[in-house]
Amino acid sequence: MRIVAVCGMGIGTSVLLKMNVEKVLAQLGVSATVEAVDMTTARAAGFDANIVMTTPDLVPLLQGLAAEIIEVEHFFDLEELQTKLTKSLL
Amino acid sequence: MPHSLLLDAFAPGSISVGVEVSSREQAISAAGELLVASGRTTDAYTDAMLAVLAELGPYFVIAPSIAIAHARPSEAVLSAGLSLAVLAQPVVFGNEANDPVGLVFGLCALDHDSHLQVLSQLAEVLTDAERVNSLLNASTEDDIRRLLA
Repeated sequence: MRIVAVCGMGIGTSVLLKMNVEKVLAQLGVSATVEAVDMTTARAAGFDANIVMTTPDLVPLLQGLAAEIIEVEHFFDLEELQTKLTKSLL
Repeated sequence: MPHSLLLDAFAPGSISVGVEVSSREQAISAAGELLVASGRTTDAYTDAMLAVLAELGPYFVIAPSIAIAHARPSEAVLSAGLSLAVLAQPVVFGNEANDPVGLVFGLCALDHDSHLQVLSQLAEVLTDAERVNSLLNASTEDDIRRLLA
């Protein structure tokens, strides 16, 4: 299972998202790698992930990816993350 | 005053309270100017943060009231760090779920990894809704530093 947090630059927002996704996955008892990547990496040929997590603003730029896309509105709301991840994973 | 990695990331001169702005561009510029004033970046980095907004939209408004303005690591970054502009009046960024924004953080990094511990501590603070509320209502830099510690 490869989960990727995507943001514009790969240094800020996606990193913050990755941290809280890892926290929620641990609570759910799911083992998965979570990476933070920038938009350029996510749109490159050969990019491969099961789940992509990002903000609603960036979803249009990620059309065409094979991965399931989870939109996250509030990065620090662990309940939102848990609800959305549970729906996708379990 | 207590110390932490997170507090040290906010160099002297990097925090301002009661910042008067009337647009999202001015809000981002304010956070950028605080990075410049505290010796973290050059003006080119502020321009790069504004270019990110123009190119990708206000995606970096990642929670209610909170924007984390940043651009790529570049030669405009002198050292990794953070700034914070607490706005006098919240500004609409165009992010439906999380508008209006009252806390504008500026973030600069030299690479993709070395600032991760700082971000992890920032995430701890911002996950705490009560502390976010207190940050929004803080009236001095000392208040802010106590809340970030």
